[in-house]
Amino acid sequence: MFVENDATRIRREVLVRIARAFLDGNLTNDIDRIPLEMRPRTAAASSRCCIYKDRAVIRYRCMAALGVGFEEETDELTPLSGFAQKALERDSLEGPVLSILEAACHGCVKTHYAVTDACQGCLARPCAVNCPKKAISIVDGRSQIDSRSCVNCGKCQKVCPFNAIIKIPIPCEEACPVGAISKNGQMRSNIDFNKCISCGKCLRACPFGAILERSEMLDVLKALRGPRPVTAIIAPAVVGQFPGTLEQIMAGLKRLGFSDVVEVAHGADQTARAEAEEFGHRMKQGAKFMTSSCCPAYVEAARKHLPELLLHVSDTPTPMHLTAADVKRRNPDAFVTFVGPCVAKRVEGRNDPMVDAVLTFEELGAMLVAGRIDVATCSNEPLANPASSEGRGFAVQGGVTKALLAFSAADEVVRPVSINGLSRVSLLQLKTFLKACPGNFVEVMACEGGCVAGAGVVGQAQVTAQKIRLFTETGTQKPPISEGPSSKP
Amino acid sequence: MKKIIIRICSGTTCFVMGAAELQTLVEHLPPALKERVDIQLSHCLGLCNDRNFSRAPFVTIDGEPMGEATIPGIIARLEALADRNA
Repeated sequence: MFVENDATRIRREVLVRIARAFLDGNLTNDIDRIPLEMRPRTAAASSRCCIYKDRAVIRYRCMAALGVGFEEETDELTPLSGFAQKALERDSLEGPVLSILEAACHGCVKTHYAVTDACQGCLARPCAVNCPKKAISIVDGRSQIDSRSCVNCGKCQKVCPFNAIIKIPIPCEEACPVGAISKNGQMRSNIDFNKCISCGKCLRACPFGAILERSEMLDVLKALRGPRPVTAIIAPAVVGQFPGTLEQIMAGLKRLGFSDVVEVAHGADQTARAEAEEFGHRMKQGAKFMTSSCCPAYVEAARKHLPELLLHVSDTPTPMHLTAADVKRRNPDAFVTFVGPCVAKRVEGRNDPMVDAVLTFEELGAMLVAGRIDVATCSNEPLANPASSEGRGFAVQGGVTKALLAFSAADEVVRPVSINGLSRVSLLQLKTFLKACPGNFVEVMACEGGCVAGAGVVGQAQVTAQKIRLFTETGTQKPPISEGPSSKP
Repeated sequence: MKKIIIRICSGTTCFVMGAAELQTLVEHLPPALKERVDIQLSHCLGLCNDRNFSRAPFVTIDGEPMGEATIPGIIARLEALADRNA
């Protein structure tokens, strides 16, 4: 599947322009021009009805990139420079991470099935015959679905020999594993934050780019210019996010102004060791099973939707927390910035006193572009303190289990179960584990494939997973791009 | 037959704006084209100056630059070239 699309490009362009304006020292001067520069009067085409609506939506995207919530727009006349000024003065971000931008929401029609022109009005009429609600009749030689009696079961679509019946979904609602998005009788979609687990699936699913996340990028940029030492702690999925080796990426971050860069894989290693011990302890006490706890979207899903499961969730702190705590122990004054692929980590980070800010790889990428840092030409000096393979493997589905197995006592019987991606179906599956679990250690990842497929990634999930496999199994990386025309992808 | 040389820019700007995905180009090439092209990763091609970074990612196809490159876009261009050289 292609991750890249125009909505992704626009989001990244906004981030780069804001980061660049800040780094050039002109944020409050330049920011009001961003919507105009992205959609100039002379633009050949617009994304929506006209460049004026485009500009209006881009203006809201700029607000989200500044970390400003749409509800803060009490006076529509407030220029972006006004919001930028406020953002520069704030100490921290509060409020929900995700929001739906009404002006950008297409107001997709409720998920439904429709008969297309491909319908041949055949003799067999399997659609009508198989419809349990008798909602299909033949009008002018073609099938027609009566929306009042249709229950969206999809049987007609499956049995049509001409593939003439299609399902028209609401992409954000379909993507949400916990039913947090609905219309509530309104035209536009709405997020119910009592249900939302901040997994970010809707963000990637909306073809109109109408779901936005409030960014802490500006808070990090500000810290980089401030008096405190800023430490980046980077999640193991980082190896696939930028061109070049892990060493080069870490060198690039230092050029951007981070005083230190630490692999979260160190914390993951500690998590795995503690979790293996906890597992042994729980099993001795007669527990039926234990689940992993490093995925914040999963833990939130358990808390909000399957509270009975919480008893089984490991109490071991996450790799992010342990890594951040280690940094703070060595340097209590450090401004700790977690950089990862995850939207839910933003919430976890806000609730963790050890973590000062959370960035996605996408935001870090925008900062590198704005800082004119070419990662592939950064120094490739070996790391002083490389993390373990077990820790680095956490980013791929199955990695947590592998690490737990590596650190468990030799006589421990671990029967692993994997939940690869949260969905309505896998949540129901988790619920059945309460009655009968097919194993005794359950690794749960909200994103299919693991963190490498998070909502905040730049690199392709399968490419990153491959790199991590190579890295953890052989300890080697693909060589950096050599000069000249000989390097193959 | 001389192969068509395609260079994918691996500068940070191009990578972030979409070249990360272009690295999987080879998997998407039609079999007939696979034999005829040589895909190379390149250091920053220098095409993304400050003003037009938003046109990234860039590739060059037989030396000719292409902005806002996408996998379908590249394939269309390669097919046109392959037809001409056939």
